[in-house]
Order: sequence, then C-alpha cells, then structure tokens
Amino acid sequence: MTTLIFLIFAGIAVFCGINLVVQTHPIASALSLIGVMGSLAILYLQLGGEFIAAAQVIVYAGAIMVLFVFVIMLLNAGAEGTSRQVSSFARYVGIVLLAAFLGLISFVIQAMLPKTEGVVFGAFQGGTALDVGRKLFTVYLLPFEVTSVLILIAIVGAMVLARKEI
Amino acid sequence: MDFLIISLIKAAIIAFVLLTALAYLQWIERKVIAHIQLRVGPYRVGPHGLLQPLADVVKLITKEGVIPSHVNKLFYLMAPWLAVTLALISISVLPFGPQITIGPVTTWMQLTDLRIGILFVLAVSSIGVYGVALGGWASNNKYSLLGGLRSSAQMISYELPLGLAVAAPLLLANTLSFREMVDYQSGYWLGFIPRWNVFPEILGFVVFVIAGFAETNRVPFDLPEAENELVAGFHTEYSSMKFAAFFMAEYANMVTVTAVATLLFLGGWQPPFPEPYSDAVPILVFALGGLIAVYHGMNPARRKDKFTLPAAGMVFLGIAALFGASLLVPVLKTILMALFWFCGKIGILLFVFIWVRGTSPRFRYDQLMRFAWIFLFPLSMLNLLVTGLAVALTSK
Repeated sequence: MTTLIFLIFAGIAVFCGINLVVQTHPIASALSLIGVMGSLAILYLQLGGEFIAAAQVIVYAGAIMVLFVFVIMLLNAGAEGTSRQVSSFARYVGIVLLAAFLGLISFVIQAMLPKTEGVVFGAFQGGTALDVGRKLFTVYLLPFEVTSVLILIAIVGAMVLARKEI
Repeated sequence: MDFLIISLIKAAIIAFVLLTALAYLQWIERKVIAHIQLRVGPYRVGPHGLLQPLADVVKLITKEGVIPSHVNKLFYLMAPWLAVTLALISISVLPFGPQITIGPVTTWMQLTDLRIGILFVLAVSSIGVYGVALGGWASNNKYSLLGGLRSSAQMISYELPLGLAVAAPLLLANTLSFREMVDYQSGYWLGFIPRWNVFPEILGFVVFVIAGFAETNRVPFDLPEAENELVAGFHTEYSSMKFAAFFMAEYANMVTVTAVATLLFLGGWQPPFPEPYSDAVPILVFALGGLIAVYHGMNPARRKDKFTLPAAGMVFLGIAALFGASLLVPVLKTILMALFWFCGKIGILLFVFIWVRGTSPRFRYDQLMRFAWIFLFPLSMLNLLVTGLAVALTSK
C-alpha cells in the first residue's frame, strides 16, 4: 500500500516536473510546479515528516506560488511560441543521448554511495511539530537565527527597492 | 476492514449532511436577509419556500452550461472543480463530538484526526485561492481577471492575521490537534464560566472572525464580486453547475471558518453550562419553538399557516421529546448533546455572517488593504506576543 502510494505520487511529481519544462504557457508551468510541490508534500508525509509536509504546502504551494501566479496574471504573459527550428535528426539523437546520460549518472551515483538499507515508511517518528520545534531551538539555533536575519535583510532590501519606484 | 467500513459510513453521513446543509444555508441566508429588508424572501416553492433549494439545484443542473469561445478551456473547467473540492476537503479533519460507543463499535464523531489538523485546514484554505484566481484568469474577461486578482491579493493579505490569530490559542493549549484543543477547553472556571479560549483570547477571536469574512469573500470584504464595478467578478463567465460549484465553495468555506472558530475559541461541542443544566437547554429551546409555532398556527395570519405552522410545531416538539428521551439513553445523549451545542455555535456564527451581509456596506479597495496591514496584522501580532509572554510566565 505505502509503496503504491509512493509510486503514484513520485510519478505525479516527475510528470509535473517534465510538464513544467515542456509547457509553453507560464500559467501551465506554474501550476505544474504546484503539482510537484504538492506530491513532494505527500512524500514527506509518508516519510513521517508531517510538519514539514504541512509547511511545504502552506509556504510553497499556498503563498509563494500564489505570488508567482499573481505576477503572471498581472503581466498577462501569453504563451511563448516555439520558433526555434530543431531538425528531427537532432531531436531523435537527443532523446537517445539524454537517456544514456541519465543512465550513466544514476549508475555512477549508485556506485559511489555506500550500500544502505532502504527506507521503511512509517519508521521515522520525529517529524511532529514538537520535535521540529525542539530541534530548531536547541541543536540548530544558530542556523535558524542566521536564516531569520537573512530574511530580514531581504525584506528591508525589497522595501528599499520598492520605495525608489514611487 | 472494520476501520474501512466505519470510515466509509462516516464519510457518507458527513458528505450527505454537509451538502444538504449547504443547500439550506442558502435558503436561510435569503430568508434572513429578506426579513432584515422587510421582505418575505423565497415563498412560492413549498411552505415558506422550504423546497426552494431543491428547485434551485434542479434549475442549475438542467441549465445549459455555456463555455465562452475565447476561454482557456482546461483552466476554465478546472477552476470551479478545484474551488469546490478544496473547500469540501477541510471538513474531513473537523471533530463534531466526543468518542462514542454504539454496540461493539467505538469511534469518534470525526472522520479522521490529524496531529497537525489545524495546519491541514490552513494549508487547504491557502491553496483554495487558486480556484478563484484561475477562474478569473481563464475566463479571458477584464472583469473576471480583476475579480480574480483582487481575490488572491485579499486572501494572501488576510491569511496573515488569520494565521497569527490561530496561533494564540495553539500556544495556550500546546497542541495542533482539534480533539486535544477541545479537551483543553473542557471544564469551568469558578464552576460556571466555561474554560473556552474566547475569554482569554477575545482579541484573537475578533481578528479571526474578521479575517474569516475576508477569506470567504463575504460582505464587507466581497470586492472580488462587487456588482457595481465588476459585474460578478471572477465568476462572470460561468453558468449552470460551474457557477453552482463556486457558490457551493463559498458556503462550504463559511461552514469551515465558523467550525474552526467554534473548535478553537468556543470550546467545540462543550456546553456553556455545567452538566445537569445544559441538558435542559435543548429541550426548552425546541419545546418553546414548537409551542410558538403551534400558537401562531391557532391564530393564522395567512390561510396556509393553519396547516404548516402546527406541523412545524409538532416536528419541534418531537425533537424536544427526542432530547428528553435521550436523557435515559447515555449513548444517544452524548451524540445529540454534542451535535446540538456544536451545530448551535456554528449556526450562531453563520447567522452573524448573514447579519453582517444584510446590514453593512462594502469597503473600498484601499480601505480593505490598509485595514489588513495597518490595523489587523499588528493587532494580531500584539495579541500573539502577549499570549506568548503569559504562557512563558505561567508555565514551568
């Protein structure tokens, strides 16, 4: 059952990822990206990271991508024409080369990484909001604070840039 | 297997009750607004227009679904579907009552409890904006696009005070699960004041309800569908069931917001009075309603009232008798009391939603944004800080 769900949502994530690149319309690409994020959230949930899954949906799919879609709609960006001429010979050879390249990469990665046992769904229990909060404010306190300062700098920078326009 | 069957039964009951309630919520809204404006509202179909929702559903289903020629078809058809699905999903994590035992089966009056239930509702509602935004954009119509843009800007802005207002009771109860949240609010201070979060968190409750109005695009925040400027906003180009889907999504969002407000701030299904007194309340309420209906049936103002009002009165008295009988059957009592208080609180909040719609005008767009960012957001932030300080000082 868990394997089946994993395969379904991994498939959806990969499909949406490819769709994101292939689509010519910006809105379709943005929606594909939301699909990728949503299925990744489900995979996090399967691995036991329930808080991370919720944060993924709230922050990425629900806030950042809404702004993306918002800007695309505001600019009213239309579909881009595929004007580049690619010969059919190059296209077919390209597909073969791409498959070979991906196979090579995956082989190298598999050979390089040490042999570990596979992931067992449901084995990890430390993904609740409580655990994540504890970790953030004890073990990872410094990176957490540094990140928040970084975000603060970005906010101030955005304010300054927007201020100039007026 | 047992789990699957019980879940299916619960899902069927919840879906049936919710969809019927959504249809009748619209009837109640039309009736209440009509009476606020000294009209009678729906009156022709059935006694006092009670069958109007049924007629509306038949009308909407049998109507021709026009797809304008210039729309982006995929997204145009996807938008209403997305809106209604996401609006209905949230109900699956909301609890309606405590744990009950019917014969051999022990189960919760809830479809499923997530440890992150509150985050789940927030996540689903934050994705819900895509239905409106996409519908406005895909219609390829200036008014629709403006409506969709206004709606997404408004929902992003008001999500911040909403989230901060939700965070304060979470700090108090130290949980993200709805069940534990309601458990935390059980009991009474001094023996008669219920330990609901609304008393320490009155500011948070007010901010939550105001932001809830904006999240559901209701008056006075219904700029996305301001008739005098934008025709009908994001659903201008939609007809038949696609239009009904947007409508249903709005009402489902209203139910979700009021249910979450009830669970977080008003103690869920916990009665406002201690045990022996709270049992008498539903009996008295329904018996009084029934007697009033019977009395007006005896002195009919209109010809048909001679039959409809006594019949309604009998139904009310029957419900009162059912509540009375349930005092002898513990299982029935648990279910009925929980449902009565939970639905009663939701009903009062929904009535406030309709009341505000009947009485207040619409904000201007700049007022709407200024209100969210300059007033509501700092207020909810302050509330959260004070709550955090109080929790830090009192907990050891």
